[in-house]
Amino acid sequence: MVDTSASRLLDGPRGAKPKRSFSRANIFLYGTLITVSIYYLLPLYVMIVTSLKGMPEIRMGNIFAPPMEITFQPWVKAWAEACTGINCDGLSRGFWNSVQILVPSVVLSIAVASVNGYALARWKFKGSEVFFTILIIGAFIPYQTMLYPIVIMLREIGLMGDLGGLVLVHTVFGMPILTLLFRNYFTSIPEDLHKAARVDGAGFWGIYFRIMLPMSLPIFVVAMILQVTGIWNDFLFGVIYTKPETYPMTVQLNNIVNSVQGVKEYNVNMAATLLTGLVPLVIYFASGKLFVRGIAAGAVKG
Amino acid sequence: MSEHSVEIRELDLSFGAVEVLKGLNLDIHQGEFLVLLGSSGCGKSTLLNCIAGLLEVTDGQIFIGGENVTWAEPSQRGIGMVFQSYALYPQMTVEGNLSFGLKNQRMAKEEIAERVGRAAEILQIEPLLKRKPGALSGGQRQRVAIGRALVRDVDVFLFDEPLSNLDAKLRTDLRVELKRLHQQLGNTMIYVTHDQVEAMTLADRIAIMKDGAIQQLDAPKTIYAQPRNKYVAGFIGSPAMNFFEGKISGGTFTVSDMAMPLEGYDFEAPFEGAAWLGVRPEHVRTGDAAEGCAYQTEAQVDLVETMGADTLIWTNLAGAPFRIRVEGLTDYSAGDNVRIGIDPASASLFDAASENRL
Repeated sequence: MVDTSASRLLDGPRGAKPKRSFSRANIFLYGTLITVSIYYLLPLYVMIVTSLKGMPEIRMGNIFAPPMEITFQPWVKAWAEACTGINCDGLSRGFWNSVQILVPSVVLSIAVASVNGYALARWKFKGSEVFFTILIIGAFIPYQTMLYPIVIMLREIGLMGDLGGLVLVHTVFGMPILTLLFRNYFTSIPEDLHKAARVDGAGFWGIYFRIMLPMSLPIFVVAMILQVTGIWNDFLFGVIYTKPETYPMTVQLNNIVNSVQGVKEYNVNMAATLLTGLVPLVIYFASGKLFVRGIAAGAVKG
Repeated sequence: MSEHSVEIRELDLSFGAVEVLKGLNLDIHQGEFLVLLGSSGCGKSTLLNCIAGLLEVTDGQIFIGGENVTWAEPSQRGIGMVFQSYALYPQMTVEGNLSFGLKNQRMAKEEIAERVGRAAEILQIEPLLKRKPGALSGGQRQRVAIGRALVRDVDVFLFDEPLSNLDAKLRTDLRVELKRLHQQLGNTMIYVTHDQVEAMTLADRIAIMKDGAIQQLDAPKTIYAQPRNKYVAGFIGSPAMNFFEGKISGGTFTVSDMAMPLEGYDFEAPFEGAAWLGVRPEHVRTGDAAEGCAYQTEAQVDLVETMGADTLIWTNLAGAPFRIRVEGLTDYSAGDNVRIGIDPASASLFDAASENRL
């Protein structure tokens, strides 16, 4: 005897519980998010607006006001005309220096660290744990203590002041954290896969290139983000191990913004800073999608 | 050529101070289906990994097909291996998975295609060849994993708990398929499992392992009927064997108020003294069938577990819980008295000190 009519229902709650969009929790949540966004976005807004104004307008003092007359002159000047020392070709020189430092440093450090991590995760040898521990300790030693010894070492091998020297320094300093990153990721790949590949006759490099690499896109993207932002934003190594002709963009930016002679051109400074920050920004936006896709691709269980 | 497909001689393996395998000897015949059975941590998977060459042995030798392969790479040992987690390469298609090992051998394309085709036909996975492992079900993945061993055209197959990740129904189906595959191919197969049903149904011989040593190596029937020691007796059989600790004197086993004459039991050597008596729940007779048994008594039913095909009755005997398995459904319920008969010929006796069979 089953009664199918709706009359069996009693008064009171029925079905899905209704949700109020203006609940206290929601107001708190979105309120916090909006406040924090404003806190971070306001300076960026000021920078962009200021970089598009002419100097007379800036002197009027309304830093939050949008430009009355948009001018791209500050951007052009920052890129191609601003003077640092005797050079008056703007940030473009620093940009190309930074690219020449960045590309080999990122490629080299990720290539070496991924093989390191793979070997430490899957091909344990006598003393591999000790080696790994020493490498990790390296991540905790303050850079400052090593600055001068490295100057001497670079001088001895003839790379002091050379871009190659800086690439070497970036590669070495990226090693501890990247190796840790890759080791942990490769450890999380089931050991049975490694065993199966060995039974199938693949060797050290065969397994690395044909099994591990194709499964590791996400971690390579993470490593790339880390290295690109880290190396691009580096100031300390750049200022110490290069000379004025080979200064990276960050050092040059500092020299433009902090120059004590003449009038402070706020609009040029803002444009120069935005230009310098553009590369990490683009990397974040471009790889964000790749990152998610990479994780999704790697999520398939073998 | 040796008559044995795989021979293991005095194999030792230790991880630092921990000895996992100790002086292990094992000869496996050509075309035999050998199951390594034991609870987790007994060293059965370790032994399989040693045979595969995935673990370096501390001492001893391994022969496969009469050749000393102790130092050989896994790929050169003439083995194929199937893993519990399938271990399929997720970025390759099924076809890619099957041909990966052959490509590493730099085999000709036509030969690879032929072997992959043959394996796919045997395992009925032809429609799946272009798919990635992620798009396969558990059973299909395990088939592909078996196929990967199959295409290698080797004499020895190693299985590391291949069915443990599958659901109960699929496990039963694939078990039968594996047995059929073995009959069809006639290869030597070494199969690691902790599931005694798999072991009993698949094996030509079972090696029961405990603490890195083989406790008994025999045909399933022998292991079931004449367990070598108390561990094997308790491990094989579900529900587990009933044990009584008492002593034997003058051909009678006594424990508290129970005295059981042992006529009909096949002693290996005459024995007097402290001993364990083991009785399988399914060998206990009840009701009228108890008539004629050498030992008869009555007990009160504590609990009845109905399973359909059989029923498990819990009672107390000589101060210890006692399980009885009867065929089909019964009318017994808690509080009833049940007549029990035990035939010593089907029981097992173990020395209390060494726990070895008497």
